[in-house]
Amino acid sequence: MFSSLKSKIGQVLLPGDEFSFQTDETISLTGPTKQEKVVCGPGLRRSGDRLLVCKSGVLRHKAPNMFWMDSQQRRYVAVKGEAVIGIITVKSGDVFKVDFGGSEQASLSYLAFEGATKRNRPNVQVGDLVFAQFVVANKDMEPELVCVDSSGRANGMGVFGGGGLLFNVSLGLVRRLLAPHSDVLKDLQQLFPCELVVGMNGRLWVKSSSLQRTLIIANLLQSCDTMTAPQRQQLFKRVAQGAL
Amino acid sequence: MKDTPLSNCERDFLLKAIEEKKRLDGRQTYDYRKMKIRFGTDYGCCFVDLGKTKVMAQVSCELVAPKDSRPNEGIMFFNIELSPMASPAFEQGRQSELSVKLNRQLERCLRNSKCIDTESLCVVSGEKVWQIRVDVHMLNHDGNLMDAASIAAITALCHFRRPDVGIQGEEVTVYNPEERDPIPLSIYHMPISVSFAFFQQGTYLLVDPCEREERVMDGLLMIAMNKHREICSIQSSGGIMLLKEQVMRCSKIASVKVSEITELISKALENDKKARKAGERCGFAESMPQERITALKTEEASVEMTDVTERANDILQNAEAPPQSVPSPVVPVPGVGQVGQGLQNTWGLQEDDEDEEEENDNSGEEKEDRAVQMKEDKSEKPESRGGDVVEISDSEEEEVVILNP
Repeated sequence: MFSSLKSKIGQVLLPGDEFSFQTDETISLTGPTKQEKVVCGPGLRRSGDRLLVCKSGVLRHKAPNMFWMDSQQRRYVAVKGEAVIGIITVKSGDVFKVDFGGSEQASLSYLAFEGATKRNRPNVQVGDLVFAQFVVANKDMEPELVCVDSSGRANGMGVFGGGGLLFNVSLGLVRRLLAPHSDVLKDLQQLFPCELVVGMNGRLWVKSSSLQRTLIIANLLQSCDTMTAPQRQQLFKRVAQGAL
Repeated sequence: MKDTPLSNCERDFLLKAIEEKKRLDGRQTYDYRKMKIRFGTDYGCCFVDLGKTKVMAQVSCELVAPKDSRPNEGIMFFNIELSPMASPAFEQGRQSELSVKLNRQLERCLRNSKCIDTESLCVVSGEKVWQIRVDVHMLNHDGNLMDAASIAAITALCHFRRPDVGIQGEEVTVYNPEERDPIPLSIYHMPISVSFAFFQQGTYLLVDPCEREERVMDGLLMIAMNKHREICSIQSSGGIMLLKEQVMRCSKIASVKVSEITELISKALENDKKARKAGERCGFAESMPQERITALKTEEASVEMTDVTERANDILQNAEAPPQSVPSPVVPVPGVGQVGQGLQNTWGLQEDDEDEEEENDNSGEEKEDRAVQMKEDKSEKPESRGGDVVEISDSEEEEVVILNP
């Protein structure tokens, strides 16, 4: 099955395609048999002795044995460990309610900030933007966010947002921006200096030296979602030349 | 589902941008978004795109009794639907405040301005008049629903054709569209609404606000005008205080915009008329770009061809004879029976099988005998199928009685 998976890397697969453990390969009785372990990522699901594709997209592979479906969508589903941009909606007692674009609002305790104690409450208002990560995110419970990592430090998380612009893009673009050696990020860096916060829920926050530049970057990122790499590079070059 | 809340950072940014005379999508203060008008296959169906805001209007007509107070005038009925398809903030079924406001504005804009000659809709005074019904559906909400709805409604009314009616003495005949060409409504003028959004207590104004701008605005001024520079309706909401000069300025801007939009509507109607005359296929399906997969290609797979003939011969020799093909194969599946002339009547067999299963093993043999006998009977008499009545019962009788007519 490893080989049948490997042969389909980079191809478009649809829900309903399956990979079965029974293959035509003969298992030699004398030589040692390797234990094949395949790690399934999002979009692949195991059902009995078959591996089913449940999202349409392109099959990707990461050495040594990780496979997943790279699909395009705009609606975000909370996943533990992911860092998202949320908007504070309700401030009630000990807990804030945060909207991150999912089916229900997540809860964020006021103690989950760096240096926050019962006496020293964080300065958070309704409507503020907050960069936090999920500690609880499954379909049976209310999602929970924190603004500290496991050692108690903020590590870039917390309240932010004066003077920038928040906008939505697809989840695919966000993943491309956060990938190591990202092309989109490299092209963006050649334009003009800006501050960029990327939330895995499809929300981006941008701030640049002037309002016009912020608007330009926001519009560029929203439109380069559906472009191929050469089209995007051409667009960025045109903007860089005609930039104010 | 509740809509995403507006963060403080977005609100501050938008207000600062408006002070610097910049809009999110790069428009100028008085610019409209790109407007597209398309028609459906039926007369009276119109789609309007205003940027990302999409609206559909459908006009239909019906003969009803007129109102008592106006016995020789037709009836106009307007309805705006806000479905959750347009925005997660809209709830299905509930009449929200926005829905009531839009309905009221559209009625005032189109009905009170008397843009349609309602007396021409009268068929028999006091008894039968035409009721024209305009349904506007919001397909996507990205701001400025009112303008899009008014353009869609008036364009659909101009596009609509009602059935022709002939009156001979006391008799009234409504002709089919195939018998006599349907006739258009008589429309005096086309009122179009233009929306102005005000910010910072009336200091800054924007034409055609998008959804983000609508969220941070202080108030909205809606002016409905026609191309003859007659104001049909003015409405101000949000409780802002406007100066006289501001309102005059807005009406001047509105007259310019309305003449541009009316020209666009006339051009769209002309194009549609030409297309229908030329017999081209027109309609919603045709206006969508066709993205078809026209080729299915896979990479070439290498096939070893050295010993193909030998292997093929081997396979042929070892294979069994193909199953006999029946002209019309009949597969009786449990639960399916067939009755018909010339075909095997399988209803009786099915029932017998079920009876066999239900019964105990003791009397099973009796039933089997009867079943076999019935099968034989049926196979002997295939021609006289139609007239026979076969009695099938659960009784313990050994004999089967076949009644012949």
